[in-house]
Amino acid sequence: MKTVIIKYNAGNVQSVMYALERIGASYLLTDDEAEIRSADKVIFPGVGEASTAMAYLRQRGLDKVIPSLKQPVLGTCVGMQLLCRYSEEGDTTCMGVFDVDVRRFPAQPGFKVPHTGWNSLNNLKGPLTGGLPENPYVYFVHSYCADISPETTAVCEYVRSFSAMLQKDNFYAAQFHAEISGNIGQRILENFLKL
Amino acid sequence: MLTKRIIPCLDIKDGRTVKGTNFINLRDAGDPVELGAIYARQGADELVFLDITATVDERKTLIDLVRRVAHVVNIPFTVGGGISSKADVSALLNAGADKVSINSSAVRNPGLVDELAQEFGSQCIVVAIDTRFMDDEHIVHTHGGRKPTALRTIPWAKEIENRGAGEILLTSMDTDGTKAGFAIELTAQISGSANIPVIASGGAGSMEHFVDVFTSGKADAGLAASIFHFKEIEIPALKGYLRNKGIEVRLTD
Repeated sequence: MKTVIIKYNAGNVQSVMYALERIGASYLLTDDEAEIRSADKVIFPGVGEASTAMAYLRQRGLDKVIPSLKQPVLGTCVGMQLLCRYSEEGDTTCMGVFDVDVRRFPAQPGFKVPHTGWNSLNNLKGPLTGGLPENPYVYFVHSYCADISPETTAVCEYVRSFSAMLQKDNFYAAQFHAEISGNIGQRILENFLKL
Repeated sequence: MLTKRIIPCLDIKDGRTVKGTNFINLRDAGDPVELGAIYARQGADELVFLDITATVDERKTLIDLVRRVAHVVNIPFTVGGGISSKADVSALLNAGADKVSINSSAVRNPGLVDELAQEFGSQCIVVAIDTRFMDDEHIVHTHGGRKPTALRTIPWAKEIENRGAGEILLTSMDTDGTKAGFAIELTAQISGSANIPVIASGGAGSMEHFVDVFTSGKADAGLAASIFHFKEIEIPALKGYLRNKGIEVRLTD
C-alpha cells in the first residue's frame, strides 16, 4: 500500500510521520502530482495560517489536485480547514470539498483561545471512529473551527459545538491531532489506512 | 469538556532522568525513553523533557533522545533546555518534538519569542518562567532559578503572551521541591488574566495540591517530577481522585 503525505508549507509534519512509523506504515512525503494521484491513501496535514497555506497550494496547483482525488484522503487540523468552503482566518476561500465554513471561536470569559488540550468527542459516525469508546478524548490546538453540518462525523464542544470530524465521499477530516492523541488517535489512523 | 492536563516532567542530564530538590542534589531516576513510555501508558496527558545541562556537546545526545522518544510516545511532548535559536528549534521539531520550551534565551532576547512563533507557530512555543518572591515582588529568574533578572513575573507573562507564546510553564522556585503545594495565588493571577494555557509547576506533594491548582489556581495543567518518578503519586490514581472531585480529566483504559 502506498501512503502519501502531502508536502507543503504548513508546519511540522514530523509528528504525522512518526505516528505512521509507530503503527508500522510506510509513507512518502511529496508534493508531486503523479505521486499523489498514484497513492492508495493520501494524508493532508497542516499546522499554520490558512491564507498562507492556501496561497502556496494555489501556486503549485495542488488546490485543483486535492479536491479531484478519488482515493481516501485524510485532512488534519489546518488540512481539514482548507478542505472546507471558506475560513475566516485571513478571509480565505478554501477548496470547498466540505460544504461548511470555518470561523474563529467567539471570545467568551473562561475559554482561552486557542482551544488547547484534550477534549472529548460525541455523536461519532463513519468508519474512522470504529472501535472507539463513546466519548473518546483527543488532542486539539486551534483557534478556528468548522461549523456543524450533515457532513459532521464527530462533534466537540468548546465555547460552541463544532465539527471535530467531517466526511464526504472519499474525503475524511479531523480537526484534532490524531498523530499525538494517544491510543485513540492511533486507532483513527489505523482505521483510515484500512479503508 | 476540555480537560485539565497532568504532565510529568523528566529532567535530563547526559541522556538520563534526574531530579533534585530545588534543582540541586541530583538523583538518577532512570531512562527517559522508558519512563516517558510508561507515563504515556499510564495516562499522562503530555510529557516535558528538560535538558538541564544542555551544552553544545550534549546537543546531539538530546536530539537522539528526542528521536527515540518520538518512536514510542503517542502523546504530545515538549523539549526544553538551552534553546536559543531557530536552528535549535528546527532540529528538535524535526527530531519529533511537538513543542519546545524556552526560558533564559527569551529573557535575554524577548524578540526570540516573536521570531519563533512566526516561524513555527505559537502552538509549539512554550515559554518557561522560573519565578521567586523577593523584596515583596515576584521576580523572573534564570539559570535553573539561581539568577534573578530585572523582570517582574506578572508583566513578563503578559509580554510573552503578546509576543506569541503558545503556553506558559510557570515554575515557582519558592515552592519547587517543597512538596507543600503549588504557588496558587501567583498561578491564579497569571492564568486568570492570560488567554493562553498556564502549566503550573513546583511544589506538588499530594493529590489535593492538584485539586487546589486546578480550582483556586486556575491552572490549565499541572506539572510534577519526583512525586511521579518515585511513585509517591501514580497518574491513574491521581486522575481518578480529580474526577471524583468534579475536575474534568482524560481517563484512559
